[in-house]
Amino acid sequence: MIRGFAARLAWREGRAAYRRLSVFVSSIALGVGSLVAIHSFRADVQRSLGDQARALLGADVRVSSNRAFPEAFDAVLDSMAAQERDVARTTTLASMVLDTRSQGVRLFQIQGVDAGYPYYGEVTSTPTGAWTVIHDGPSAVADPAVFIQLDAAVGDTLLIGEVRFVLRGEVIGLPTELGFQSAIGPRLYISRAQLPATGLLTFGSIARYHANFRMPERQDRDEFWDRNHELLEANQLRFTTAGVRAQEMSAAVEDVSRYLGLMGLAALFLGGIGVASAIHVYIREKVITVAVLRCLGALQRTLFTAYLLQAAGLALIGSVLGVGLGMLVQRGLPFVLSGLLPAGVTTQVSWVALGAGILLGVWVAVMFALGPLLEVRGVSPLIALRHDFEPPKRIDALRIGAFILLALTLVGLTVLEAPSATQGIGFAIVLAGVALSLWATARLLILATKRFFPHRMSYPVRQGVSNLFRPRNQTVSVTLALGFGAFVIGTVGLVEASLTQAFTLEAGAGRWNLLLFDVQPDQRATVEDFVGSRASGPLAVTPLVPSRLSAINGTPVETLLELPQGERPSSWAMRREYRHTYRAEISGSEVMVAGVWWDGSTGEGSDEGFGDPVAGVARISMETDLAESLRVGLGDHVTWDFAGVPVESRITSLRTVDWARFETNFYVIFEPGTLEEAPQTAVILARVEGERERAELQRDLVVRFANVSVLDLSLLQQTIDEILQRANQGIRFLGVFSTVAGVLVLIGALSTSRYQRMRESALLKTLGARRRVVLEILTVEYALLGSLATAAGLVLAIFAGWMMTSMVFEVPFRLDLARLGTVWLWVTAVTVVVGLIGSWGVISRPPLAVLRDVGG
Amino acid sequence: MIRAEGLSKVYMSGGQPLRVLDRVDLHVEAESFVAVVGPSGSGKTTLLGLLAGLDEPTEGTVTVAGENLQTLTEDGRARFRAENVGFVFQTFHLLPTLTALENVMVPMELRDRASQENGRTIREKARALLERVGLEDRAAHYPAQLSGGEQQRVALARAFANEPRILFADEPTGNLDRKTGHRVVELMEELNQELKTTLVLVTHDLDLAAHAHRTISLEDGRIVSDETNRGGSEREAAK
Repeated sequence: MIRGFAARLAWREGRAAYRRLSVFVSSIALGVGSLVAIHSFRADVQRSLGDQARALLGADVRVSSNRAFPEAFDAVLDSMAAQERDVARTTTLASMVLDTRSQGVRLFQIQGVDAGYPYYGEVTSTPTGAWTVIHDGPSAVADPAVFIQLDAAVGDTLLIGEVRFVLRGEVIGLPTELGFQSAIGPRLYISRAQLPATGLLTFGSIARYHANFRMPERQDRDEFWDRNHELLEANQLRFTTAGVRAQEMSAAVEDVSRYLGLMGLAALFLGGIGVASAIHVYIREKVITVAVLRCLGALQRTLFTAYLLQAAGLALIGSVLGVGLGMLVQRGLPFVLSGLLPAGVTTQVSWVALGAGILLGVWVAVMFALGPLLEVRGVSPLIALRHDFEPPKRIDALRIGAFILLALTLVGLTVLEAPSATQGIGFAIVLAGVALSLWATARLLILATKRFFPHRMSYPVRQGVSNLFRPRNQTVSVTLALGFGAFVIGTVGLVEASLTQAFTLEAGAGRWNLLLFDVQPDQRATVEDFVGSRASGPLAVTPLVPSRLSAINGTPVETLLELPQGERPSSWAMRREYRHTYRAEISGSEVMVAGVWWDGSTGEGSDEGFGDPVAGVARISMETDLAESLRVGLGDHVTWDFAGVPVESRITSLRTVDWARFETNFYVIFEPGTLEEAPQTAVILARVEGERERAELQRDLVVRFANVSVLDLSLLQQTIDEILQRANQGIRFLGVFSTVAGVLVLIGALSTSRYQRMRESALLKTLGARRRVVLEILTVEYALLGSLATAAGLVLAIFAGWMMTSMVFEVPFRLDLARLGTVWLWVTAVTVVVGLIGSWGVISRPPLAVLRDVGG
Repeated sequence: MIRAEGLSKVYMSGGQPLRVLDRVDLHVEAESFVAVVGPSGSGKTTLLGLLAGLDEPTEGTVTVAGENLQTLTEDGRARFRAENVGFVFQTFHLLPTLTALENVMVPMELRDRASQENGRTIREKARALLERVGLEDRAAHYPAQLSGGEQQRVALARAFANEPRILFADEPTGNLDRKTGHRVVELMEELNQELKTTLVLVTHDLDLAAHAHRTISLEDGRIVSDETNRGGSEREAAK
C-alpha cells in the first residue's frame, strides 16, 4: 500500500511537474534522439549491404589483379566460357578523355566491361537501356560527373586514347559503385573489346583487371576455389566473394558509425548532466513538501520511490520523444551523408534500435537522477517547522553506491559503443578527465576570486565577482556544463580544421599543379619539351620502374610466405607491386635516419662501411616502415624482379618519408646507374599558370600523346574538399545535438540557483539598488563564469584535438585559434543571454512580488 | 500522553554550541489542551519538534502514548506519526500540487492499515472532513486557488484525518487575520473535543493561549511557568 501511495503521489505531483521538468525531458530526448538516429542508420546500412551483397560486387565471385591475368588463368577463364559458365571480365584504368565538341578534357576512370556484367543489380541510365548499347561498336556511357566536367551531352564524340567513342547515355546508378568513388574518380564505361584499340594498355599503365563470375551455388564457388587457389595464390590474384565484399564494406561503415555513436553517447551523457541538474533543482523546490509528508508519517523510502517513479516516467516520455526525433534524423542522415554511402541505402524502422533507445534513455536518466533523488532521504521533517534548518552532512553510502553505478554505466556504455574496448575505455577516461579538470578549474576559480578579490572595482563588479564564491554559488555546475559543451564543440572544430589542412594539397604559388603520368621512355623527351615550353618553372621528372620482391637475403618470397605468421615479413609487403625510382639526391620530403647515401652523406649514427659499393649489387635506400614490415635493415640484401629480370640490391640507407607532402614519394630508391635500362615510365610534375592554359595543355597533350594522363591538382583539391565537407556535414549534424544538449545543461545549471538569485536581487532592489545595477551585477557574474568555463573547456579541447589528430587520424595537428576564439565568444555570449533571460523576473518585477513568490 | 524528561537540544551555530532547550521536564495529560508560549528564540518550536519526533534530543527522553521515541528509527517515528499524530503549521503547508481533497486524503493513505480501506472509503472520509470544516465545495481546488483561512481549514481537516491521538499546532493563526484566526481556533477546539485529541499548541499569542487548559511559558530554553487556565476552553465554549 505504501508503494501504492508512492505511485499515487508520483502521479499527482507529476501532473504539475512536466512543465517545470521540461529541461529534463528535452535533455533525455536529445541524447536518445542522436543515439537512435545513429543506431537505426547503422542498421539501415548493414541491412542494405546484406541485401545487396551480390549487387555490390555485380557477381558472386571476383578475381582481381594489378597486372594482366597470367596465361594459365586466361586458360581457366577461356575453358569456363567454353562451358558456357557466366564469366565477365572488366578492366579499369585511368585515361584522359577529350570531348571533341565542347573541347573539355579531363582525366577519368575508364572501365571496359564484358556483356552481361553486372550479373546482379540493375543499372539505371538515361536513356533507358543505354548500358547495353556500349557493346555496339565504339560507344560509351558515363557517370553524371563526367557530363558536368566535360560539359558533354549525349551524342558527343569522345576521344579516349586513339579511339573515338560516341557518348550514348548517362549512368545514374551502378549498384557496384560507392557514391564517393564516382565523386573521386568519375567513370566512363566502354566495351572491354574496345580497350586494346585505344592503346591505353601500354607498359606501366596502372590498370586493374577483374574476372567476375556468376556462381550462385556455394558448391560451385568452393569447387572453383579448390581447383584454382594454388594458381591464384602463386600469381597474387585476389579472390573475393559477394559476402566477403559486403562484410568488408559493412565493417568500414560500422567503424565510422561507431565513432558517430560515441558522439551520440556524448550527447546522451550531456543530457544526463541536464537531467541531474534538473532533478537537483526540482528536489530543492520540493524540500518543504517532502518535510511535510515526513511530518505526516511518510517513510523515507516511500518518498524516494515516489520521486524515482516520477523521474523514470519523465525519462520514459523523454525517451519516446527522443525515439521520434531519432527516426526523423535517421531519415535525414542519408541526405546529409549522400555521396559517402553505398547506393540504395533504404531507411526502415529498427525496432531493436528504438527499444534500445528507450531502455538506454530511461536507464541513463535514472542513473544521473539517482544522486540528486537520494537527497530526498536526507530531508528532515523539522524543515516544515524551521525553513532554514539544515541537517548536518553525513557520508551517505547509498549516494556513493549511486555514483559508482553511474560511473559503471558510463564506462559500460562507452565500451559497448566504441569501435574497440580499448578505445571505449580511452573515451571514458577522457570524459572523466575532462569532468575532473573542469571541476578542479571551478574550485580554483572560487579560490582565486576569493584570494584576488578586486576590492577597488565598482560595486556591481565586486558583487558579481563575489557571486562566484559565496554560499550556494553556481560556479561548479555552470563550469561543468559550459566547459563540457565548449570541450565538445572545440574538439570537433579542431579535428575538422586539422583534417582540412591535412588534405589540402600544397598547390599554392610556386608548387606543382599538374601531374603527368604513364609517359613512355620514347615519349619522354618530346613530352618534356612540350610541357616545359608552357610551364612557369622547371619540370620534375621521375622515372617509375615497376617490380616485385623475389627474395630477401637469398630466401625466395615463396619460401618466406610459408613460414608461420609472426615469424615472417608481412605478406602484404612481400606480395605487393612496387614502383621504384633511381636518383642522385634525397628529396625535401625525406629524412635519412641511418646508413650512407650514395654521395657519402650519413644518417644519424656512424654507419660507415654500409655505403661501400659491392660488385654486381645495387645500393638502395629503403623507407623505415617498409624495412620494418620486411624485417630487414642496413646491409641486408633484397632481390627484385623487374619484368622477369632479377636484380640484387643491398640496403645502404634508411629514410623516413612525409607521405602527406605532395611529392613523388617512394619506398625504395635505387642508386643512379642501376635501373636506367629497365622497362619504365615517367611521372612529370609541372606548374602551369592559369586554369585556361592548363585546360589547353591537357587538350593538346591528349591529342598528341593519347596514353599520357594528366591530373590537374587544383581540380583534385576541389573534389577532396567536397568529400571532406560532406563528411564534416555529418559530424556537425550530430554535433548540433551535443551543442543543444549543452545549452539545456546550461539552462538547468543556471536555474539551480535561480531562486536564491531572485531573492537576493529583490533584497538589493529593496535596499535601493537600481535596475541597472542589478543588471550589471548579473552580467559581470555570467560573463565571468561563461568566459572562464568556456576557456577551460577549450584548453581541454586543444589536448583532445591533438590526441585525436595524432593518434586516431594520424594527421598533423592544426591549432586553429580563430575558430576557438569564435567558439569562446559565442558560448560566453549565450551564457550571458541565457543567464539574463533566466533572471529577467528579478530585473523587471517589483521586489515585493519576487520576495512573496520565493518566500522571502 | 506525552512525557519529556531532562530534554535538551544543542545546535552548532558558527562553530559554537548553542543550547536551545535546557533540561525540560514536561507531562501532558491525554485529551488535554496545552499551549506553549514564549518570545522568539525561547525554544518553543524546538520543543514541539522533539515532542513530535521530528528531531532527536541531545539529552533526555520523550515518551508519547507509551512509546519512547528515542528507541525508534527515523522511519519508525514516521510510522508512529502516521498512526498517532496530526500537524497544523503556521504556513499551512498544503502540498501545492494536490487538490484540497487529495491533501486531506494523504495521511489516511500513508497509514499502514490503509490497505484495509479502499480508495473510495478514504475519499468519502476526506470529503466528510472537508464538509466538517465547511469546504465541501472547494474539494477540487488547488491550494493556490484558496484563501489563507481556507487553506488552514483544509490543513485542519488533514490534521484530523486519521483521528490522531495528539495534534501539534505551530502558530496556526500566525498567518491569518484575527477573525479568520478565531474561526480556525474554534474549529480546532471543536474537533479536539469531538475526537478526544490531545492538543499541543505553540504560539506567542497570549489571547490564543488563553483558550488552552494549561499554558507553559518558555524562556531561553527553560520552562519559566506552567499554569492551569481557569476555565480554559470551557470558558470559550460557554461564551
